[in-house]
Amino acid sequence: MTRILLLVFLRDLMLARRIGGGGVLGLVFFLSLVTVVPFAIGPDLHLLSRIGPAILWIAALLATLLGLDRLFQADHEDGSLDQMLLSPAPLELIVLFKCVAHWSVTGLPLALLSPLFGLMLDLDGQALWAVPATLLVGTPTFTFLGAIGAALTVTLRRGGLLLSILVVPLAVPVLIFGVSAAQSGTVPFLTPFLILCALGLASVALAPIAAAAALRGAGE
Amino acid sequence: MKMDITQRCHLLIEDLSVARGERVVFGGVSLRVGSGEIAEVTGPNGVGKSTLLRAIAGFLPLGSGRISWVESEATDTALLAERLHYVGHLDGLKSALTARENLDIGRGLLGRGRLTPLEALGRMELAHVLDLPVGYLSAGQRRRVALARLLITDRPLWLLDEPLTALDRHARALLKAVAADHLASGGLMLAATHEQLGLPGTIQVRLEAR
Repeated sequence: MTRILLLVFLRDLMLARRIGGGGVLGLVFFLSLVTVVPFAIGPDLHLLSRIGPAILWIAALLATLLGLDRLFQADHEDGSLDQMLLSPAPLELIVLFKCVAHWSVTGLPLALLSPLFGLMLDLDGQALWAVPATLLVGTPTFTFLGAIGAALTVTLRRGGLLLSILVVPLAVPVLIFGVSAAQSGTVPFLTPFLILCALGLASVALAPIAAAAALRGAGE
Repeated sequence: MKMDITQRCHLLIEDLSVARGERVVFGGVSLRVGSGEIAEVTGPNGVGKSTLLRAIAGFLPLGSGRISWVESEATDTALLAERLHYVGHLDGLKSALTARENLDIGRGLLGRGRLTPLEALGRMELAHVLDLPVGYLSAGQRRRVALARLLITDRPLWLLDEPLTALDRHARALLKAVAADHLASGGLMLAATHEQLGLPGTIQVRLEAR
């Protein structure tokens, strides 16, 4: 069974690389958001460095949501999902590994590159490592929460917008604790960070079950 | 996961009905297909042939009635999804991947069989497209790649939804030969089709418009 799950993971990585779009698209979107915000806010460096972590977090949420509607839809449209249902591996675990694959081409590069973007927002020393640390935990949470929305909207032609409406409320707690951990000064780093980790673990455990149930129910 | 295809098994459908929303698609279908037998489901468009196959594959919830899978004298319907192949209107192939990659994935997902992807494509006389992205292939060639999946994983029950669509005369003959081999080795088939496959001993199931 491990072999099947590894195969699903590698297959999704291969498709992401072959088709392009997905990962790079999210990163470019992230970059353009982060670039545009300072122009809108004006030349107040102090303000910028204070809200910098929040900007990076919102940009990460939007960049994750961007490609998420295709997570299951692409496989639903060409019948690949049917083949997965016939596999001996449980759909819940297949969903889990698809999410991990999705995260490693969208969320992971974004979290790793966030210090670079942080420099553009004049983040101070502590925030420069706190932002990638929190994003490393927060972006998979977004992916897993988003997978529920992606599974629910799998049969809809233009499900992207509905998906955002479904997922954004669920992502609010993650955003609150993520940003408060990333923002230096106000609260100690560890407390909100551990709550963020707890939210992440809960989403990893529960979202695949919810998403798999939604996919089975989608059965046209 | 190697499957001994030679052991006796059969599929039993009793008084099956499937509803989508409020609308009953079909009702009262009963059927028994045993090892080495093929059932052809016929009927006018929209009568529920594809729905029947998808319900047997477990993609749709059943309205009422029962589907049982009997294998070496024991009923084990939970195993059914792992005992069947489904080839539907959607071919389950990724256009960006080559035929070989697609078949490798199919083999990994569904389990190993006697034939390698190359041998299976050879059987469908398509070995020359092995390393071409499936997106470059014609509809008939794609269909043949999807049908090659039947051969790379040994599963006793084949559910084929309009298997002859887009196939030319030669490819139809190939499919018939492959199907006859499968039946001879003790496999089962259920095909929804408008044109007869013309295999001996076919059980005819006709769905009538309600």
